[in-house]
Amino acid sequence: MSRVRIFIDSQGLWGMRNLLNLVYRYHYFILFLVLQAICMLLIVNNRSVQSTAIFNSTNAVSANLFNAVASTKEYLSLKEENKKLAEEVAFLHNQLKSSYDILDMQAPQFMKNDSLFRKKYVFHNAQVINSSSNLNKNFLTLNIGSNQGVAKDYAIINSEGIVGVVKDVSPNFCTALSVLHTEQIINCKIKKDGVFGPLSWDGKDFRYAHLMEVPTYSKVMKGDTILTSSLSSIFPEGIMVGIVESVIRKPGEAFYTLTVKLHTDFKKLNYVTVIENKYKMEQDSLEKTLKNSEKKK
Amino acid sequence: MITEIWKNSIRFIILVLLQTLIVKNIPLGAYFVPMPYLLFILMLPFETMPMVVLFLSFFTGLAVDIFYDTQGVHASACVLMGYLRFYFLRLLSPREGYEVTEKPTVQFMGNTWFLSYAVPMLLVHHLFFFYLEEFGFDDFFFTLLKTLGSTLASFVFIYIIQFLFYRKDGVLA
Repeated sequence: MSRVRIFIDSQGLWGMRNLLNLVYRYHYFILFLVLQAICMLLIVNNRSVQSTAIFNSTNAVSANLFNAVASTKEYLSLKEENKKLAEEVAFLHNQLKSSYDILDMQAPQFMKNDSLFRKKYVFHNAQVINSSSNLNKNFLTLNIGSNQGVAKDYAIINSEGIVGVVKDVSPNFCTALSVLHTEQIINCKIKKDGVFGPLSWDGKDFRYAHLMEVPTYSKVMKGDTILTSSLSSIFPEGIMVGIVESVIRKPGEAFYTLTVKLHTDFKKLNYVTVIENKYKMEQDSLEKTLKNSEKKK
Repeated sequence: MITEIWKNSIRFIILVLLQTLIVKNIPLGAYFVPMPYLLFILMLPFETMPMVVLFLSFFTGLAVDIFYDTQGVHASACVLMGYLRFYFLRLLSPREGYEVTEKPTVQFMGNTWFLSYAVPMLLVHHLFFFYLEEFGFDDFFFTLLKTLGSTLASFVFIYIIQFLFYRKDGVLA
């Protein structure tokens, strides 16, 4: 009895030793595979829209480093920023009530009851402390986070035009997908006739993006203005996007593809405005229930 | 040995910061994306254990990933490069093996050796990196050109860094 047991044990040991031998012989390759597997897990985790990144630049060390670099860079571009701000102040002054002359106090169009208006968009000021423009998927890091009231899917613009959309948020920083991100799609319209289509970037030149699926009945021409459309629940309607550079109809397609020269200079991002849409959650949840009920059918 | 660890740690920090704070912001166009931080993996001493090289490559890539917000892409390409370093070194080794006093730099091994050591490794890294970043072969030729341009740019950067900061008898070598 005991002899049989020893035999089985030694058999088992022998198999185990073989396995260990195998691991020992190929340990280098196995370690390589394990590390690659970890990398792939991280990449896949980052690619899915739902998840938040584990290793990103909102962490304390890198964010503070970027902050320090950004504050030194700030000095170098002060003159230009001042000019931009002055232009914007002038523009806003022009829109103030005080810069209009009231013709007739009794005229009904000047009787403005504030309770009629609900605030839809809330604006936060922020500074870009890290950005790139030469990759396929470009990201931004901003110096405001959940402590300052920022959350996922807030729009980012600057005085020139659209910049990006917030993705991950930490207490004092947030990262955002730039418009220059190949998977970022923003709904835009042609200012002249209101025809809309999705705007996306092809990963090549940081100055140009493409507006797809523009129907051929649109009388769009080179030099037309492209703005954000009301279909986007992220961006307010009518934010500057760019100017049409060329109109192309590919053979066999029933649509125009427009090359749009982006109005925002992505090499010179500094001060930006983060916009919160107060109604976004309501709109999204309503649209979601619609989609779910369609699926059930 | 201890001084080697210190030198390499300092080199790691300097190269990662150089990459993420300075080189990243140099506008060279879409076809040239230099990555001089790979010099860290290239310059690890000859006698470093291959397993250790793998781990160090992984952490180098991860550190750069954090700054680029590309979670895992740099790390994956670096692990591949670190894995192949062992085979490249064996392929290029002189008949009597590497001397203990020698280091994998231009100053010690000469231009030809360094060229045939660094360029294939950079090429493999960049090929893998850019196709992984694109996650497909949609813009096959654009990515290929980008890879070639970036390999050239990385090599020029690495070569210049070596010439500026490393001498055969220098403290940094």
